[in-house]
Amino acid sequence: MFRNIGEVALLGWQTLVALPYVWRQRRKVADQLFEIGNASLFMACLLSLFIGGVVALQSGPRLAERGIGGMLGGLIGLSVAEELAPVMMSILIAGRIGSAMAAEIGSMRVYQEIDALRTMNINPVHYLVLPRVVGITVGLPSLVIFSMIVGWGGGALVAVLNRDIGLTWAEYFNDLRLNVEAFDVAKGFIKSIAFAVVVGLVSCQQGLATIGGPRGIGRSVTKAVVNSIVLILILDYFLTRLLLVFQR
Amino acid sequence: MSAHPQGVSVRLRGIRKSFRGVEVLRGIDLDIAPGEIFVMMGPSGSGKTVLLRHIIGLERPDAGEVLVDGKPLPEESGLGGVRMGMVFQSAALLNSLSVSENVGLYLEEHRVHPPHIIQRIVEEKLELVGLKGAGDKMPSELSGGMKKRVAIARALVSEPQLLLYDEPTSELDPLRSVTIGREILALNRRLGVTSVVVTHDRDLACGVANRVAFLSDGLVRFVGSPTELRANTDPLVRDFLTIDFDSNHSTSEIP
Ligand SMILES: Nc1ncnc2c1ncn2[C@@H]1O[C@H](COP(=O)(O)OP(=O)(O)OP(=O)(O)O)[C@@H](O)[C@H]1O
Ligand SMILES: [Mg+2]
Repeated sequence: MFRNIGEVALLGWQTLVALPYVWRQRRKVADQLFEIGNASLFMACLLSLFIGGVVALQSGPRLAERGIGGMLGGLIGLSVAEELAPVMMSILIAGRIGSAMAAEIGSMRVYQEIDALRTMNINPVHYLVLPRVVGITVGLPSLVIFSMIVGWGGGALVAVLNRDIGLTWAEYFNDLRLNVEAFDVAKGFIKSIAFAVVVGLVSCQQGLATIGGPRGIGRSVTKAVVNSIVLILILDYFLTRLLLVFQR
Repeated sequence: MSAHPQGVSVRLRGIRKSFRGVEVLRGIDLDIAPGEIFVMMGPSGSGKTVLLRHIIGLERPDAGEVLVDGKPLPEESGLGGVRMGMVFQSAALLNSLSVSENVGLYLEEHRVHPPHIIQRIVEEKLELVGLKGAGDKMPSELSGGMKKRVAIARALVSEPQLLLYDEPTSELDPLRSVTIGREILALNRRLGVTSVVVTHDRDLACGVANRVAFLSDGLVRFVGSPTELRANTDPLVRDFLTIDFDSNHSTSEIP
């Protein structure tokens, strides 16, 4: 896995250099965005609702026991915004979109479609990688913002409906508003941008590096998803560390 | 893009290439003149496809050099300003694009013409290969021979200076083969494009070639005009050209 990191970095650089061409590829970027929205919006909604809910269920009664049940809004607000939404959405997208990228590019590789592009003097990085990486980098953070809001809502539902917690909507959201600052949301947003770039580049690199037949494609897809998730979790730690520096 | 592109020369010097320790090309020297139709024949597995891939820069030789229009191909990528087209043995159409999108891809991506002109050129090329009206089909809906013809149409749209055909007629019926053969000739006369044709089709070879090369085991066994080829006495070449079900000489010499 770490052998590929050099190649991923190189692909990242090539994509960065290709950025001026992104306007030309706008239709393909839009296709990717549609794909992300279409494939994941419902899943994202469901996942976020339950994530917010389970955090409320776990911590709500304990806080209430100690007489600090009113802090639940802030607790869920922060944990969803800073950690849960960006990490869980990125993992979801790695599974749904990253896998598709690796499979599609991998099959183009195996069936010589990428060679055909080269003979037409079409740079595969411009044509295939750029729109995908840009698409996911716009799409995933948007999904994360959506996920934060739904996640907060999921927490609120449980906080209000669960007898052992028994907060009102107003209590919950007031505490959330008091504790979650714009910077906390920004932290989650920034993280998700980084994760999006990782998922996009890792998946495209795996696709491009595919060798062999259908089995090679399968291998690339698995590696794309697994490597993406591992990298997301490792990067999450270091980004959190880095962003703490800017906290105050 | 000029209306009358000039063909370019191809010069191969000592090309060697190994895959996993097996030497597939073992020192190929060839000179192909601008505007020439150069046919390559040889047994299956003799390295013809690999050699074509070297000419268009899809493979890099382990040793030797490829000069197109007198210049080496650029190190990283791209074709160094020479317009080339290649008809892949497997057609290699983009499966997620329709037939006309495939054919128009080059013009579309390089912003050569506005869309309505691209559409006209695409229709024109499809008609040329006998696929008028098939533009909206997807590659998965085509037969092998139709795919091949789409691939030919796709290679033609860029008005290339160098056209590489990897077995253009291998999946076509005799009538279509002749049509394609005539088209290879016509393109060559009309645009002066240099053509390299890999084929097992003896009639096509003799019908279109200015010169023929015979490859075997990664080496050039023979280069010359079709007439010289027919007069050649090398048993391997002779067998390859004249064998049929009735002939009684052995086939064991063909590796
Ligand atoms: N990418 C590759 N990796 C490993 N071996 C390869 C590769 N490409 C070609 N070869 C080997 O090189 C040899 C020549 O292959 P090539 O495709 O050039 O044959 P060919 O002359 O085009 O044959 P045919 O007439 O059947 O198309 C074959 O033995 C093949 O196994
Ligand atoms: Mg071949």
